[in-house]
Amino acid sequence: MISFILNNELINTDLPSGYVLLDFIRKNARLTGTKEGCREGDCGACTVLVGELVNDEIKYKTVNSCLFPLGDAHLKHIVTIEGLNADGLNFLQEKFVYQGGTQCGFCTPGFIVSAMGYFLAGKKINLDSAIEFIGGNICRCTGYSGIKRSLVDTINFLNSSLSKNGGVNICNVKNLVELKFIPQYFLNIPEKLKQLKSTKLTVDEKLQFVSGGTDLYVQKWEELFDKKIYLLSSQKELIGISVSNDEIVIGGATTISEIEESEIIKEYLPELEKFLKLFGSKQIRNRATIAGNIVNASPIADVVNILLVLNAKLNIALDNHFRTISIRDFYKGYKQLDKSENEIIKSVSFKIPAKNYLLNFEKISRRTYLDIASVNSSFFAYMDNGVLIDANISAGGVAPIPLYLKNASTFLKGKRINPQIISECIEIALNEISPISDARGSAEYKTLLLRQLILAHFEKFFPDAVTLNLVLREDLEVL
Amino acid sequence: MINYDSIKHVRGESQFVDDFIPFEKILYGYVFYSSIAHGLIKCLDFTEALNVPGVKYIFTYKDIPGQNQVGGIIQDEELFAENKVEFVGQPIALIVAENFLIAKKASKKIKIEYEELEAVFNPREAYEKGLLIIPPRVFSLGNVEEAWSKCDYIIEDRVESGGQEHLYLETQGSIAFPIDNDCIKIYSSTQNPTHVQRIAARVLGTTMNKIEVDVLRLGGGFGGKEDQATHWAVMAALAAKKLNSPVKIILPRQEDMRLTGKRHPYSSDFKVGLDKNGKIIAYEVKFYQNAGASADLSPAILERTLFHTTNTYYIPNVRATAFSCKTNLPSNTAFRGFGAPQAMFVMEAALFKAAQVTGIDYHKLQKINLLEENDEFPYGQRAKNCRAKVCYDTLENKFELDKVKMQISEFNQKNKFVKKAYSIMPICFGISFTSTFLNQASALVHIYTDGSVGISTAAVEMGQGVNAKLLEITSKMFSISHSKIKIESTNTTRAANTSPTAASKAADLNGFAVMEACEIILNRLKKFAAQILNCTDEKEIKIRDEFVYVNGEKSNLHWNELIQKAYLNRISLSAQAHHATPDVYFNREKSKGQPFAYHVYGTALVEVTVDCLRGTYKIDSIKVVHDLGESIHPVVDLGQVEGGIVQGIGWMTVEEVIYNEKGKLITDALSTYKVPDIYFAPDKIEVHFLENSPNPFGPFQSKAVGEPPFMYGIGSYFAILKAMLEFKPDLEIKFHSPMTNERVLMFLYSTIREKIHNQIIK
Repeated sequence: MISFILNNELINTDLPSGYVLLDFIRKNARLTGTKEGCREGDCGACTVLVGELVNDEIKYKTVNSCLFPLGDAHLKHIVTIEGLNADGLNFLQEKFVYQGGTQCGFCTPGFIVSAMGYFLAGKKINLDSAIEFIGGNICRCTGYSGIKRSLVDTINFLNSSLSKNGGVNICNVKNLVELKFIPQYFLNIPEKLKQLKSTKLTVDEKLQFVSGGTDLYVQKWEELFDKKIYLLSSQKELIGISVSNDEIVIGGATTISEIEESEIIKEYLPELEKFLKLFGSKQIRNRATIAGNIVNASPIADVVNILLVLNAKLNIALDNHFRTISIRDFYKGYKQLDKSENEIIKSVSFKIPAKNYLLNFEKISRRTYLDIASVNSSFFAYMDNGVLIDANISAGGVAPIPLYLKNASTFLKGKRINPQIISECIEIALNEISPISDARGSAEYKTLLLRQLILAHFEKFFPDAVTLNLVLREDLEVL
Repeated sequence: MINYDSIKHVRGESQFVDDFIPFEKILYGYVFYSSIAHGLIKCLDFTEALNVPGVKYIFTYKDIPGQNQVGGIIQDEELFAENKVEFVGQPIALIVAENFLIAKKASKKIKIEYEELEAVFNPREAYEKGLLIIPPRVFSLGNVEEAWSKCDYIIEDRVESGGQEHLYLETQGSIAFPIDNDCIKIYSSTQNPTHVQRIAARVLGTTMNKIEVDVLRLGGGFGGKEDQATHWAVMAALAAKKLNSPVKIILPRQEDMRLTGKRHPYSSDFKVGLDKNGKIIAYEVKFYQNAGASADLSPAILERTLFHTTNTYYIPNVRATAFSCKTNLPSNTAFRGFGAPQAMFVMEAALFKAAQVTGIDYHKLQKINLLEENDEFPYGQRAKNCRAKVCYDTLENKFELDKVKMQISEFNQKNKFVKKAYSIMPICFGISFTSTFLNQASALVHIYTDGSVGISTAAVEMGQGVNAKLLEITSKMFSISHSKIKIESTNTTRAANTSPTAASKAADLNGFAVMEACEIILNRLKKFAAQILNCTDEKEIKIRDEFVYVNGEKSNLHWNELIQKAYLNRISLSAQAHHATPDVYFNREKSKGQPFAYHVYGTALVEVTVDCLRGTYKIDSIKVVHDLGESIHPVVDLGQVEGGIVQGIGWMTVEEVIYNEKGKLITDALSTYKVPDIYFAPDKIEVHFLENSPNPFGPFQSKAVGEPPFMYGIGSYFAILKAMLEFKPDLEIKFHSPMTNERVLMFLYSTIREKIHNQIIK
């Protein structure tokens, strides 16, 4: 039986774990403030909060309820817009009303929930990081101006109220209750969660693994909603980031958000945090996992693109049998993996980079945020005395698999970078790819784009070598 | 001043069709549609589908008791395809089942065989083949043929503009249920309740008085629910009647995108002639409108394209020809701007190209050709209270254009691959339905005995804030507080024969109707108050802040008491009024007349940054001087301007509708069709409402606001082009919107692209 708290109400249900949380909220619980806008995590109208006890403290995060298996609500606190409402309007809601933050009203509950998720995230608050939290919410009416005004006013109010009361500009459940942002009952939730019986959920005989579900529930929710699925995201041992010997080890069910926020990653690969902001939306990153991104085998998978240049190892498990494989050897063809049905990726590991590494990630999509790449590319190298002693380039969206550009990478080793070398590297790279035309761009565009992204890598580390002449040289024989 | 609807929005308490309290038992419909673009249905077999447990019935055209015809302007559109399908997504059948998933599952078990026919997707190809929805339309002024010889420069080019998905957040939906006496009640997410009522009656073979349509609110419309909400409402009504049960149809997002039409793509040719100073002497343009498979609203949209051929410029010699071309795509439909944006894009392209050829600055060309008072539009109307120049000049001064230019130039000198540019976009948009008969509305006002007021009109609330405006108007008329007033749902039994909520005109039309109905009651109340206060002249009676005033002196008579007493004295507390916009007419044979009550003017300054290495861009800011008359509701009006701008920028830049070579929509999800998100929207949108600019033709001197701001977005295309020219001065200019990242890169690196094509792709 799945047990959780929905707003302020205890829920015990025998529905299968694969049932969709959005449907439970709208149809079973008849809470219609949560809206269905796209059912693929691309509009945010169905955003809810998921609260979980971590070391006796409750942590909330925002998720798309359309992509959230009910089973993952087990022992958690689910908050919908109705659960945020108190008597009258809270400060944020009032601002939305007075600053024109809402027009037709369909997307609005999702925005309020996302913004509240931001205030509950326990961060220093400012507009830029607030926008990151609501970047996964689409509004077709306001042009976002009224929404930004509402946020600015609310942030100013919170910052001034909090600094008055002792100087720590961090919101938490307690002070948000005091400021009447969230209802009183939030204070009792941790105690109530502790009292829930932590029964283990049963699974169907034929195992259906679901990790974050952010793509599976887009592709085939109709096949999952009546199944007792195997929930990888609830397996604590699959989650976390650690250092072991000279390697960084990331548990397979670790979410992208957890990687973004990891102190280990911040220490050894600080650029990653910025790159990962281009991955999905906050709601998606709160659910999508590293192993999910890998086994989903999309040719434009962002994390895979980076792991390819880092030469990550996949530690694959079948019950108690383990094996290790390089991610560069994992993809056999379009959506074909070197992995049997019941194997899971237990963890992903890669060598801690030496201090002088060069790392760049480029991603171009129709829209910069919350979009799938037309082409993405990563560059990882070491340089000694002006010579590349190791160089690795990957390219997504230009082949049936996430591609490691082996020939171009090999070519660069031992080279001193100048326009001619860049030009040759590009020619080699463009001969390694086989793009197709689709909704993300024509094959010609993707080819041209990879050329540009390779130029962008070099422009970042060798700006003088990337001359206007090189970029625009249309008389050039090689591309 | 706030929009009262929004108090419920922010609490998630506003109900949309899919949220309504469930019936004890309700059935769900799922539409089965064509998978090919053009062909004959050879075989249709429901045997297996009907065997799916939970399936109640599968409807086809054979189940229609009335006419299988949903066309409005032209009756050329079947509700369910009979023998022939004309686009991918054309409804063939409706599966009704116990729940949505069963219905969808059953649809996959339907067996269908087609005989495929040749399909046409390009409007010019359709034109060549004589596939036109209506005969060509021509608007002309002066004599272009004679004018060419007077021109120092003559410039020609082609312009392509893309479609646009409405992407209202609430998808199409309706619930229908049988009520007493063979009647059907329909809850629909429609901008046009009367159209739903009329077509439902036609399809069901009954009379309009047996169909009641009720609309509470829409989760966005933008024109996409003007005609195309009808199908699903009528299907639900058909099923409800036959199965004697409530039936609900909510289109899943993907079906919504596949089955419904979008903004019309246009392909256009222009020829523009100027004298050596840059004055435009002559302008000739041909518009090829991609109408899709049926007429829908295309003829009216085509006409508005012609009305806005010259945007906000005066051109003495004009000939504009427009073709509505029938193709095998979903029927394209109304979308904010209604054909005008396509025309204005061509006009701006002509000026931009003229600037390139003549060497005269693009914005100087704009300025010297702006409309002036009494200038004649190609359709014969003259510009009155013309505010084109004042908007343009105010913009340049208020937003310090000289400073902007300097900052951009400094930035560009310092940056090798990243370039900035600005552009200016002036607009002029005519207000009124160009089909004159639609310029009418009615309002029904009730005052209840406790002093509260109910307002029913033809206006549909879809986020544009029309209810907030009507509430404001009522409050002003009676001088009572907002809390006493309720704007009722839009219902065909309370407001009959309504015009659609469209053409930016709902607040004007219905606002005037409300004013007139209030006036009727107010006169009765004043007369009655004069009686009971022993005042000889009712003209001395005023109501102010809920109290009766006599000769400017406050009496003790409160609104509530007045109403109670009036009731006891058998004074009617209800009134209905009808408003028709005066003095508008249009002669379609001559293409001349006075179609618009007035025009809205404005000018926008767009600034962009283009990364010419990666082929990406950012719309940095847009600053606008907009002519709004005297705003009835500043929060609502500001929201309309800001939202319209971002939608317009989206159309010009990031939003791309793509069909494959078989006519199947491949951008059929939010993961492939991208609209502006909060990052994409300009960091800064600054709107300045033109001061001291009353409009005698709008309620309380206001102006319509819905559509005009959309067209400011056109400036973003030209700003991006200008930035690209900063990087590559010999760039070959192309007018092909949307300016996606892909186009930016492909335009910038056209030679390398060709090499790639020849060496790698082939």
